[in-house]
Amino acid sequence: MSARVKVYITAAVLVLIGLGMALYKNLVLGFPMFPGNQQAVWTIEAEVNFLASNESVVASLALPSRSPKISILQEDSASSGYGFIEETSGSMRRGVWSKRNARGQQALYYRIQVYENRSIIDVDSANVPVIEYPGFDEPLETAAISLLDQIREISANNRTFTSQLLLALNAEAPGQNVIMLRRQTKSDEDLAVLVAQLLAMEGIAARVISGLRLEDGRRRQQLSYGVEVLDGDDWEYFNLETGITGFPDRFLLWQRGGQALLEVVGGRNSSVQFSIVENYRGTRELPLNANKNEGAALIDFSIYSLPLAEQNAFKSILLVPIGALVVVIMRLLIGVKTSGTFMPILIALAFIQTTLVAGVLIFLTVVGAGLVIRSFLSRLNLLLVARISAVIIVVILIMAIFSIISSKLGIERALTVTFFPMIILAWTIERMSVLWEEDGPREVFKQGAGSLLVAVIAYLCMTNSIIEHLTFNFPELLLALLGLILVLGQYTGYRLSELRRFEPMIEHFEATEKADAGDTKTTS
Amino acid sequence: MLATPKQLRELGILGMNRRNVSMIAAKNPRHLYPLVDDKLKTKKIAEAAGIAVPRLLAVVSQERSVKDLPRILEKYRQFVVKPSNGSGGKGILVVTHHDGDNYVKSSGDQISMESIQRHVSNTLSGLYSLGGRPDVAMIEALVQFDPIFAEYSYEGVPDIRVVVYMGFPVMAMVRLATHESDGKANLHQGAVGVGIDIATGQPLRAVQHGRPVTHHPDTRHKLSDVKIPHWDRMLKLAAACYDVTGMGYLGVDIVLDQNLGPLIIELNARPGLAIQVANGIGLLPRIKRVDGLTDVLKKPDDRAEWSMREFGML
Repeated sequence: MSARVKVYITAAVLVLIGLGMALYKNLVLGFPMFPGNQQAVWTIEAEVNFLASNESVVASLALPSRSPKISILQEDSASSGYGFIEETSGSMRRGVWSKRNARGQQALYYRIQVYENRSIIDVDSANVPVIEYPGFDEPLETAAISLLDQIREISANNRTFTSQLLLALNAEAPGQNVIMLRRQTKSDEDLAVLVAQLLAMEGIAARVISGLRLEDGRRRQQLSYGVEVLDGDDWEYFNLETGITGFPDRFLLWQRGGQALLEVVGGRNSSVQFSIVENYRGTRELPLNANKNEGAALIDFSIYSLPLAEQNAFKSILLVPIGALVVVIMRLLIGVKTSGTFMPILIALAFIQTTLVAGVLIFLTVVGAGLVIRSFLSRLNLLLVARISAVIIVVILIMAIFSIISSKLGIERALTVTFFPMIILAWTIERMSVLWEEDGPREVFKQGAGSLLVAVIAYLCMTNSIIEHLTFNFPELLLALLGLILVLGQYTGYRLSELRRFEPMIEHFEATEKADAGDTKTTS
Repeated sequence: MLATPKQLRELGILGMNRRNVSMIAAKNPRHLYPLVDDKLKTKKIAEAAGIAVPRLLAVVSQERSVKDLPRILEKYRQFVVKPSNGSGGKGILVVTHHDGDNYVKSSGDQISMESIQRHVSNTLSGLYSLGGRPDVAMIEALVQFDPIFAEYSYEGVPDIRVVVYMGFPVMAMVRLATHESDGKANLHQGAVGVGIDIATGQPLRAVQHGRPVTHHPDTRHKLSDVKIPHWDRMLKLAAACYDVTGMGYLGVDIVLDQNLGPLIIELNARPGLAIQVANGIGLLPRIKRVDGLTDVLKKPDDRAEWSMREFGML
C-alpha cells in the first residue's frame, strides 16, 4: 500500500511542477498555449568553422541587412573569447570576430530571428555594385558571344533577354555554347556569377543575390542564389533554374553583390553552415518582444538556449514521450497486442517523414517481403545473432530495391523508405516470423495489426499541431506526462480487451445461476 | 458483447494488469526467476526436495561431451532431449525406441545418431533458448503417459495446470491438445481447457477459444467424463513447489505417468489467466481467502488439504 501512496505523491508533485511551470510561462512570460493566431518566427543560425593557425584571427561574415517581405526580430552572435563588431558600408553589413591568438578548430555563431512582414517592399537598389564585364578566356569568349547573339534575336528587352538566357542555360538539350559555358559552373553560385557576367557583357546591369529559403527543421543548409537585373528603374529578381521573376516568398536575403560571404585571416578550411528552425509567436507580442524575456531563468534554461541544430533534433525527440503515452494507454487500458513494446513509436516517427498512407504501404511491403525471405532463412538453422544480421541485410536490400524501382516508376514518396529504422524493421520481421512458427499466422496478423494501429494513433497524436506546439514550447509538461504514466503504471483494473475476453464467463455464470434457481424451485 | 468491469469484479476475475502488479511483481522475487525459467535448476531443486519429476538421465553442457552421446544414450531405450532454457516447446526431441544405430522419433520418423548430436550441439549454442543465449541440453526419461487421457487428447500430451498462490493450490485445469492447436496444450492456440474442481478432481466445464464446449472437437469424447486419478497427490505435489521456489504466484504443470504417477514437468512464474475461463470463476475470491488465512500452514500437504476443503464447487 505504501508503494502505491508513494507513487501517487510523486506523480502529484510531478504534475503540479509541470503544470505550474507551464502556467507561469503562459501567464507571466506570455508564451501562448495554443498555436492559433500566430506568426511563424524563423531562427537562423550561421555556424562559421575554421582551423585557426596559432596566430591572430579576424573572421568576417556578410550579414543580412534589409530583406523584402521579411522583418528582423533580433540578432546576436555567440563565440567565447572573441571580440565582435558590426561593420556597415553603404547597405552592406559584415560581422567581424577577432582574437589575438587562436589555435585548433574554431566555431563562431551568428543567430538572427526573422518573421514574414509583407509591408516591407523595399528593394534597396542604388549603391550595390553591379557585376563588371570580366571578359572570358578563349574559347569561352566566342561561345558567350555566339550565345548572346542567339538570345538577342529572340528577346525584346532586358527582362525577356534574361528569361531567354536562363531558359537556354537550363535547357534539357543544351546547345554547344551552353555546354561549354556550363562546364565551368559547379555550384549555384558559379551559375549565378556566370549569368551576371553574360548579362554584363550584353550591357545589362545585373547582380548576384544570395539568401536562405525559410523552411523548418533545416540543418547544414547552404545559401541559394539568384540574379537581379535592372529593368528600367526597377531591379527584377530572377530564379536561376526556372527563370521565374518576382522576389520569392519566405526568402531571407543574405547578400547582394559578389562580395565574399566569409573571409578568415589567420585560419584555414573555413566554412559556413546554416540551420533554420521555425516556431510560433503570438502576433501581438512580436514587435515588443525584444528583450522582455531575457533573464527569466526558465527561458535561459529552456530548449531555446540550445544551438539550432540541436533544437531541431529535440523537436522530434520531445514527441517520443507522446508516443510512449499512447503505447501505455493502448497496452494497459485497451489491451492491444503489439509486436515489440516500443516499436510502434519508432514506426510512427518514420511515418512523420513519409506521410501516413505512404508510410503504411511501405511498412507493409517491407515487412511482408522480409517475412517471405525470413521463412527461407529459418530452414537454414542459423543462430540468433547471425539470423538477425542476415535479416538486417535483407531489409536493407529490400529498401534499396524498393527505392530503385519506385524511382524508376517516378513514385517519389517511396524514396522516403530510408526513414524507417532498419534494425527495428529487422527485429519486427524476426519476431513476427518466430510468432508465425510458434503461434500461427493468426497471431501474426493480430499483433501486426495491433502494432500498426498503435503506430497510426501515435502518429496522429504526434503530428497534431497543438501537441507539437505544447511539447516544444512547454517541455516542462513532460513532468506532468511522467506523473500520468506513473499513475497508469499502478492501474490494476481491467483492460478493455478483457471485458470481451471474459464476457463468456458472465453468460456461463448467469446460466448456472438460473439453473440453480430453477433447481431450488422444483425442490421446494 | 462486452462485460462491464462491475460484472467482472463481482465474479472476482483477475485481470492482466492486476496479475502483473499484485501477483507477479509483488509475490515473485525477481532473483528467484532462474529457478523456474531454467528447467535444469528446477529439476535439481525439485529432486532434492523429493518432488516427483521425470528422471534426469544426463546433462550435456559442453560441446566436447557431444561426442560421448552414443555411449551415454546406448543404455536407454527411450529418452527426451530438452533445452534447459527453451521456450514454447522448441527444441524438444522425443525418441521412443532404438535398435542399434536406428533411433525412432515420436512421430515415427527415423533419426541417426549424427542428427541427435547436431540437435544437441544446436541446443548448446542457443538455437532454441530465449534470446539465443548458450544453453545446456537435458536428457531425461520419457514419461509413460497414462492412457487414461488418450481419448481426450489429439496428438499431443495432456497436462494438468495448477495455479499455486502462496503455497495453496487455488485453481486447476486439464489442457487437451487439439488438431487446431497442432498438438500443443496451449489454450490460446485452440487447445481445450477443462476446469477441475479442487476438492474432488472432477471436471467442472470445458472451453475452447473461451467458449464452452461439451465434447472434444477431434476425438468427440464427452469432456465431463474426464477423470483425474491421484488428485490429492497432484495437489500436494503442486503445493510443495512453493517451498522449493519461493514464488508466491506459480503455475505448476503436471503430467501423469502410467507407472510413476504425477510428475512435475515445468514451472511457470507468469501463469496466464485462461484458467479462470476454463473454471468459469475468478481467481480473486480464492486469493483473498488465502490472504485472510490466519493459521500458519507450513506443510505443503496441509495446505493442499486446506484448499480441497475450501475450494470445492461440487
